[in-house]
Amino acid sequence: MDKLPLFPEQASTFAPGVDHLTYFLLAVAVFFTVLIFCTIFYLAIRYRRRSDKELPHAPHGGMALEIVWSVIPFGITMVMFTWGASVFFNESRPPDNAMPLYVVAKQWMWKIEHMEGQREINELHIPLGRAVRLTMASEDVIHSFYVPAFRVKQDVVPGKYSTIWFQPTKPGKYHLFCAEFCGTRHSGMIGWIHVMEPQDYQRWLSGGAPEGTLSESGQKLFTDLACSNCHKADGTGRCPSLEGLFGKTVQLANGAKVVADEAYIRESILHPAAKIVAGYQPVMPTFQGLVTEDGVLQLIEYIKSLGPKPVVGGGGALGK
Amino acid sequence: MANDAHAHAQSPALRVQFDTETQQKDASTLGMWLFLVTEVMFFGGMFLVYTVYRHAYPGIFAIASSSLNVYIGAANTIVLLCSSFTMVLAVRAAQLGQRQAIILFLILTLVLGGVFLGVKAYEWNEKFQEHHIPGSSFHFEGMQPDEQAHAQLFFSLYFAMTGLHALHMVIGVGVLLFLIRQAQKGKYSAEYMTPVDIGGLYWHFVDIIWIFLYPLLYLIDRHLKG
Amino acid sequence: MITAAVPERENYLNYKYGIKSWLLTKDHKRIGLLYLFTVTLFFCLGGAFATMIRIELLTPQGNFVSSETYNKLFTMHGVAMIFFFLIPAIPATLGNFFLPMMIGARDLAFPRINLLSWYLLVIGGLFSLFAMLAGGVDTGWTFYTPYSTTYSNSWVIATALGIFISGFSSILTGLNFIVTVHRMRAPGMTWMRMPLFVWSHYATALIQVLGTPVIAVTIILLFCERVFHIGIFDPTLGGDPVLFQHMFWFYSHPAVYIMVLPAMGIVSELVSVFSRKPIFGYQFVAYASMAIAVLGFLVWGHHLFVATESVYSALVFSFLSYFVAIPSAIKVFNWTATLYKGSISFATPMLYAFGFIGLFTIGGLTGLFVAALGFDVHVTDTYFVVAHFHYIMVGGTIMAYLGGLHYWWPKITGRMYPEGWAKLSALIIFLGFNLTFFPQFILGYLGMPRRYHVYPDEFQVLHVLSTAGASVLAVGYLMPMVYFIWSLRYGKVASANPWGATGLEWQTPSPPPVHNFDVTPIVTHEAYDYSTVIGQEVEVG
Repeated sequence: MDKLPLFPEQASTFAPGVDHLTYFLLAVAVFFTVLIFCTIFYLAIRYRRRSDKELPHAPHGGMALEIVWSVIPFGITMVMFTWGASVFFNESRPPDNAMPLYVVAKQWMWKIEHMEGQREINELHIPLGRAVRLTMASEDVIHSFYVPAFRVKQDVVPGKYSTIWFQPTKPGKYHLFCAEFCGTRHSGMIGWIHVMEPQDYQRWLSGGAPEGTLSESGQKLFTDLACSNCHKADGTGRCPSLEGLFGKTVQLANGAKVVADEAYIRESILHPAAKIVAGYQPVMPTFQGLVTEDGVLQLIEYIKSLGPKPVVGGGGALGK
Repeated sequence: MANDAHAHAQSPALRVQFDTETQQKDASTLGMWLFLVTEVMFFGGMFLVYTVYRHAYPGIFAIASSSLNVYIGAANTIVLLCSSFTMVLAVRAAQLGQRQAIILFLILTLVLGGVFLGVKAYEWNEKFQEHHIPGSSFHFEGMQPDEQAHAQLFFSLYFAMTGLHALHMVIGVGVLLFLIRQAQKGKYSAEYMTPVDIGGLYWHFVDIIWIFLYPLLYLIDRHLKG
Repeated sequence: MITAAVPERENYLNYKYGIKSWLLTKDHKRIGLLYLFTVTLFFCLGGAFATMIRIELLTPQGNFVSSETYNKLFTMHGVAMIFFFLIPAIPATLGNFFLPMMIGARDLAFPRINLLSWYLLVIGGLFSLFAMLAGGVDTGWTFYTPYSTTYSNSWVIATALGIFISGFSSILTGLNFIVTVHRMRAPGMTWMRMPLFVWSHYATALIQVLGTPVIAVTIILLFCERVFHIGIFDPTLGGDPVLFQHMFWFYSHPAVYIMVLPAMGIVSELVSVFSRKPIFGYQFVAYASMAIAVLGFLVWGHHLFVATESVYSALVFSFLSYFVAIPSAIKVFNWTATLYKGSISFATPMLYAFGFIGLFTIGGLTGLFVAALGFDVHVTDTYFVVAHFHYIMVGGTIMAYLGGLHYWWPKITGRMYPEGWAKLSALIIFLGFNLTFFPQFILGYLGMPRRYHVYPDEFQVLHVLSTAGASVLAVGYLMPMVYFIWSLRYGKVASANPWGATGLEWQTPSPPPVHNFDVTPIVTHEAYDYSTVIGQEVEVG
């Protein structure tokens, strides 16, 4: 049997940073644990009771000592905070060129969609050395996307999008776990992340997807749901044109401005009355119940593809 | 113990765990204030939820709020304020040891509290007629389907908050009935009127909660047309 | 060895017999025993669930119980242990019994409300017990929405109601303690002369009074959502599932300080008496309790680091979480410093105190780990967190509770427990505990998520170690249950002050008379002044 491992593999750019933080935390913890244990052990034996009539006379207070053992631990904890925060900050800011992927979590499976249209269930194939940004939605309850080898985790909450990013550094197969209790088969909602050499990944990708790319599926939905009746490309319809919308700042009827990101588009499809564009009437019906979370993501991809220039991470696997 | 036994023989209202009546009164008063603090935290949770959702859906909340009858709400507010006034008079009467006055003012407070509850029942029935009760038959006229859910949220909070308040009023009515009966039996005097005192504290608290509820629920945007 | 042949003086146990004299008692000491009985039952229930969990986890496959059952087991283990054992145990048994005595009072400020508190715990417990027997609840003790409100098919409402009702038990106990400490201290018993046990219960009571109403209103909303589908936490109706988490943790984080502060109060008493010295830094320890109570309300968001709270919220909550660690550290250092030039006895209660200090240190230090954002992203919702809180709750609170029970047993019952067996149990518990929970830190970092019925093969060795430890721990817990009951009849009769302790409770006979003190004491010296008791008979060393 292998030597019992204490740490999971380091397979992402985050992992070494997290592990170094852990070593520091461990060092402090071991130091203080040993200090307290040994001090108690020593004092208890050295000053053990030798007679029932003993009455110790010893100082039972000291301001200097209190200050020292308040200030020094506080200083150490501030280092811990800062270090932990910097690792966290890094994890919260995906690079602009990260490859976008979409995840829909439902009881009890992970549905993953590549831009090129590949759909995976409980598996995710990604190329080595490329940052990946997942936009995640849940169809039902709260789930959590957890890859121990990458040291990343993010809850997937119904009703909103959450994102997670990572960059794999080692080819191989790594556990994917759901880490938020979600019902009967919570412990069955697991899978694998397959990190492949770039050429292998290309080969896997070119296996193709029968349904077409994510954006093409979105276009089909756009037509099927009759969105194009109102959202005409030339802006002559009753509703704003969606050309080049993604990433633009939109002026709302109530005077506010908002950036048209994934969350805005999702809300506009499911709760259109929430934000009305200036100069337009609130005539759009809600599509809640008519389109799934998968469908919303496909529509978003399609809308992203419209217009003069592709934006954040848009395009195919190697797009910039 | 000799001293304590003497003190307990003198004042039958003095409980065995206390040494003096002052200590007992202070303890009871502190106890009631602490209880009211827990009530603040309790209602506070509801106010927090209200704040979160009003911030999320301000337009819908304003429209839903305007469907409440602001005049009835105002009248009810005045009724409750008056009941706090009569409660103060009851406490004052107790301090002066005026048995008849205590009973009179407690009964007046009770009646006013009853009026408040009756008007509330009328308002709720109105909401029922208009299909504004959250649940399967909820429907708010003139709102888009996806906004119905947000309007329903407003009314859920309306019923939860006024319901919780009404429950506290009902308990207050029970407290008043108890105090009236005890007063009729002559249990209260200038030396011992702590229950009336702390009963008053409770009643005033329930009143103050309403003072917050009324503007938050009824007065969101009175300039709204339609 | 004196047995029960001595004719008994009248005391709180024998002055009245019959079930009514117990069920309608207003005596804080009897109420403390009623609570002792109730919380012990729930501890056994929670322990039974834990046993089944650990048996299932011996193998990676789910072959002992179904997934549904497993999910119910860990939920009910959490509910029983947290709401019906850990929260009430120390305050309502030892606190009820000794807080009035320690300040020289005849009873708490509101004895009838004290009895009502017990009934509320029992009624709440019955609701939850009903839910467990009728089919169980499977949402996790945290009841996250929308699973608990919309998707779960289990007895959520009954369980939630049970917790709601027991919450009022906690609020009323806290209210009672606060008024008692403010208004019923004997003459000369100033705040700074109170035993540290009283300080920690006062701080605990503040949390009970301020925090519990918030979980009460959260449960009301959960109830309304589940029954009426109004949309408070349901995203399809415009609600926010994460709002539930904020409200839930606003109480549940301070709740862990309700669970540990009383334990720290016990440890202060034990370290002092078994070193024959005042606690080092009395004022600092007293104020540290208050600081923990206050700061504990400011950190709830550290349970939501990956729950989609904003990066800036996460930063603030991580920062504040480090603050709340400092007063706890101050206490550990002060307890340790108390030993210096003391007269250390290794009686069983002191062994438990040492156990607490060591295990709480480890548990608390791992709290610093999870407060670090980058670290927590990896280990939250894994066994690392499970190990962290069990080190504090079991390695900490339960050890202190046992230490307190042993220490005050002669006062409560008039009998001594058998010291040899007691020391052995303490050792077994210490070893069993570490074997159970230390491997879980490693499991967590390796990536084993919590609340998993089945798991990948590579985690099995650590799970087997953990289950082995749990069986040892179970033996360790059973032993005191047996010998405590044995001691009621066969234990050595105890004197008024077998440990040579200061503290007003030791100035009364064992067991105490109904009204505690024949004459209201007048306090003239500081807490922990051992010069006033030296020369009195000391039982064991």
